[in-house]
Amino acid sequence: MSKNLRVKSSKFIDETYRVSFKFNGSRYYGYKGDTLASALLANDIHLVGRSFKYHRPRGIMTSGSEEPNVIVQLHNNSDRTEPNVRATEIEIYEGLEASSQNCWPSVNFDIGGINNLLSPLLPAGFYYKTFMWPASFWEKYEYFIRKSAGLGKSPTTPDPDIYEHEYIHCDVLIVGAGISGIIAAKTAAKNGLKTLLVDEKPNLGGSTIYQNSEHFKINNQNSGSWLEKEINEIKKIDNLDIRIRTSVAAFHGYNFLLARENLTDHLPIEQRKNKTRQKLLKIRAKKVITATGSLERPLIFDNNDRPGILLSSAIKRYADLFGVACGEKNIFLTNNDSAYETAISLIQKGIKVEAIVDNREEIESKLLYEVEKNNVKVFKGFTIVNTNGYKKINKVSLMKLSKDGQKVIGSKINLSCDCLGVSGGWTPAVHLFTQSGGKLKFREEDQVFIPNKYSSEQISIGACNGDLTLEDIIENTPKYLKEFLNIKKTDYDNVEVFSSENKSKRNIWLLPSDKILGKTKSFVDYQNDATAKDIKLALREGFRSIEHVKRYTTTGMGTDQGKLGNMHALGIISETAGTKMGEHGTTTFRPPYTPLTFGTIVGRNVGEYFDIFRKTPMHEWHLKNKAEFENVGQWKRAWYYPKNNENMFEAVQRESKAARENAGILDASTLGKIDIQGTDASEFLNRVYTNAWSKLAVGKCRYGLMLNEDGMVYDDGVTTRLGENHYIMTTTTGGAANVLGKLEDYLQTEWPELDVYLTSVTDHFATISVCGPNSKKIISNVIPDLDLSDENFPHMSFKNTKIGKVNCRVMRISFTGEHSYEINIQANYANSVWEKCMEVGKDFNITPYGTETMHLLRAEKGFIIVGQDTDATMTPIDLQMDWIVSKKKYDFIGKRSLYRSDTIKDDRKQLVGLLTDNPNEILEEGAQIVADVNKSPIEMLGHVTSSYYSPNLKKSIALGVVRGGKNMMGKKLIIPMENKTINVTVADPVFLDKENKRLNA
Amino acid sequence: MFIINCPFCGEREQSEFKAGGEAHIERPKQPTELSDDEWAEYLFMRKNIKGIQFERWNHIHGCRKWFNMVRDTSNDEIKAIYKMGEKPPVK
Ligand SMILES: [Zn+2]
Repeated sequence: MSKNLRVKSSKFIDETYRVSFKFNGSRYYGYKGDTLASALLANDIHLVGRSFKYHRPRGIMTSGSEEPNVIVQLHNNSDRTEPNVRATEIEIYEGLEASSQNCWPSVNFDIGGINNLLSPLLPAGFYYKTFMWPASFWEKYEYFIRKSAGLGKSPTTPDPDIYEHEYIHCDVLIVGAGISGIIAAKTAAKNGLKTLLVDEKPNLGGSTIYQNSEHFKINNQNSGSWLEKEINEIKKIDNLDIRIRTSVAAFHGYNFLLARENLTDHLPIEQRKNKTRQKLLKIRAKKVITATGSLERPLIFDNNDRPGILLSSAIKRYADLFGVACGEKNIFLTNNDSAYETAISLIQKGIKVEAIVDNREEIESKLLYEVEKNNVKVFKGFTIVNTNGYKKINKVSLMKLSKDGQKVIGSKINLSCDCLGVSGGWTPAVHLFTQSGGKLKFREEDQVFIPNKYSSEQISIGACNGDLTLEDIIENTPKYLKEFLNIKKTDYDNVEVFSSENKSKRNIWLLPSDKILGKTKSFVDYQNDATAKDIKLALREGFRSIEHVKRYTTTGMGTDQGKLGNMHALGIISETAGTKMGEHGTTTFRPPYTPLTFGTIVGRNVGEYFDIFRKTPMHEWHLKNKAEFENVGQWKRAWYYPKNNENMFEAVQRESKAARENAGILDASTLGKIDIQGTDASEFLNRVYTNAWSKLAVGKCRYGLMLNEDGMVYDDGVTTRLGENHYIMTTTTGGAANVLGKLEDYLQTEWPELDVYLTSVTDHFATISVCGPNSKKIISNVIPDLDLSDENFPHMSFKNTKIGKVNCRVMRISFTGEHSYEINIQANYANSVWEKCMEVGKDFNITPYGTETMHLLRAEKGFIIVGQDTDATMTPIDLQMDWIVSKKKYDFIGKRSLYRSDTIKDDRKQLVGLLTDNPNEILEEGAQIVADVNKSPIEMLGHVTSSYYSPNLKKSIALGVVRGGKNMMGKKLIIPMENKTINVTVADPVFLDKENKRLNA
Repeated sequence: MFIINCPFCGEREQSEFKAGGEAHIERPKQPTELSDDEWAEYLFMRKNIKGIQFERWNHIHGCRKWFNMVRDTSNDEIKAIYKMGEKPPVK
């Protein structure tokens, strides 16, 4: 049994509620309110992980989201296991299981620790330099690097939890519920503003709420008690929404913020059932007040990373908030007054403080006197040059600093301890501010970056704005709020503050050592094992920009984004390069501030809700008849209908034969349909299609090709003239939305004078296509009143008619080359008409066919599919479709581009038919086409765009694009494949029924 | 994500809109009269300014109307929004 370091009950911990949890397989106990870190510390466990590169033992360093070391894997199951969780943030619950992440086989015996001994061989850029050559070896290196890098395990089965997105619109958002955030929230809400206050911690009040010292008073009460009353008051305000356990991940432009609200992670597992685990809050705030506080800086000295070395402020928080002592013999290293506050807190609780090592020579501080009164030895003008203890610190060595702080002098003093608190002063947490586009300025006197220029309606207040003392916060915050919120007074205008703190600080970015730098391990980035030596090496090797140094040394690139060490990295760079701090700027802080789970990001959009899918009115029929489906855009289209264990090839062969020999039926409802009306409708079509439309008679249909302004084929389809000023245009399934958008664009911006109205009716009408020699008989039974004679109803014409009482439009158009009808009918009647066609068609061997057969049948006829045989580099001329380009029209979209120097070249890729010498050999779509395989490099002439085995022609057919193919008719070409070459002959792309006899058969 | 004040609908989320490239490039009235170079100028040449840019936007998931915007691309500040056919604001 390990020691119990719970020293004094804290009102923030419920000692009547004991919680058991497992860490690395062993059972421990904590109390409700503990974090995993505080509960481990109470059990005297410091060693909880290994560092990334050298596998050095690492312990709990902080008490918050800035924690670099203690990242653990939660749960061990396949669906909820979660890597990279910071033990300092997770609240313990009954059943919690966590394990150290970056160690193998165990945290106490770690094979990767050998890297620590090899560390002279692992300098900055080591990975880049060593593993880049030979490139082909990378896969092998990667395996070992990943195994030793401790990246944690991902879940392997779907996440069973529920996640949600919530949109919040508010007048004022306040990020951070420390003392300044609470002041801001009350002020905003009391002025009638719809206010939202978020904080990442489970309780409000930041670090002031557990402040219980005579040295910090507001209105004559200790500051913690004063703030507690304020918090109780704001909880009663109606127009103030408070979200705890809510961490802002991103601050985008226009005051759009993303936050993650954690709702169940602190609950015992059995209480989480059917509850939303996390919410992604999408917040749009008129005004944003950032009150994110500040982060204590560590100090950079040799072996500053041992377990038992913590930030001074973390030790205070563990003692005051959780009632946990981090050690029984504490020493502090500081350059400012903060460590004294912690020491006083510990002394109050009867925890032994051995000594304070202060970089400052002369100190005028009431806190210092108080500490000295309690017999704590203060070493003024000293620094720590080394620490000892492999798995936990047990000794520190101090030396006197020279006057300029660049050297250590005198003899070494050794002190034993079991915990070292470090305080290098405070860094305003400006991450969100910079994410929003704000610009920082550097404040020389205490070496901090503070907000300077805001990019939106926002301010930063409190410590994140550089007001690092209680006096500054109380004095400045109301002033800023009045100006920002346009109000005359606040409740805080006459608040009295008393503070014993002295602001003086002696900032030394890299503390000197008695050893040469090369012999020290002074960590700047704990998680990525980047040391001061690495940074200096990067500078020696010529890196200057902070962004380059960062990438080369990996400083600040871990899951903690270098929240602790980035300032020191900048400081060391500017000291070494002899430049001023402000000149380098900072590295860019990118969202998210703390990592988000994928579950939170996607919310409810998982599984079948990931994307919408569109179904035709006959979808259920296709399902019932065992169709396989293919996705075309968002549509589910029947692909083929396998019968008796047919594979796709067999089904398509059967369907294709049936359509030409008897009759086929296709659900073509997904084709885009645009209703075009207006007195200028004909003129409009003249301008958007390549062919002429003015002379198309009412009741007639025409195929049209639409180009982009660059002359390349964009879409195609049949348009029918329903009336004098009324057309219905069909588009490709995938192109429907874009075609409508493009037509609207031209109408609104280029030709606003045209009287034309466009309406998408794709979903309103379903389309049933019946083709084949028996189609006429089938339609005559389905619509007995319709005169189907060629004289009354010729190819490329349309009739308004009725099926029963329902109006419908029947077009005699064909995409298969067969005699063919397309029935367009109001969508809700379509399935019954489809079933009727099937019923009637039984006697005529009707066969339903899917998109694959449709593709095969049209390929036999050499009809193109836009997007398959074209790829936005094909003109109509390239497609050998010169016939559809009007020579008479003065202008249409893309016309001028058809005779640009590039588009008139003879050697452009042109569409041709391809026949394999072996009629049973089917080409692969996408395969390259060449003429000469002996020339090196082999010249690529083009590629195969469509390829099928035609059951009707009993041979393989293909379409392809070939450079200069138009003039290659009959020429032999070669398709080189992985293990063979296939010989083909260039042919006419129309393989079947060149005379179009079947249309009227 | 910015908020765009559609001249027909009012303020809406950026996700409802589609950007349509540089504004005030008129399609030539007589393309056939143009040389290859002149036509290429219209067809291909677009500005991509860091700073004040005039651009077209479409309220595609709303009223579907096109309009013009003056935007500072360096900070996404929208300086002005005006309807198609209206004169761009000076400065
Ligand atoms: Zn609109």
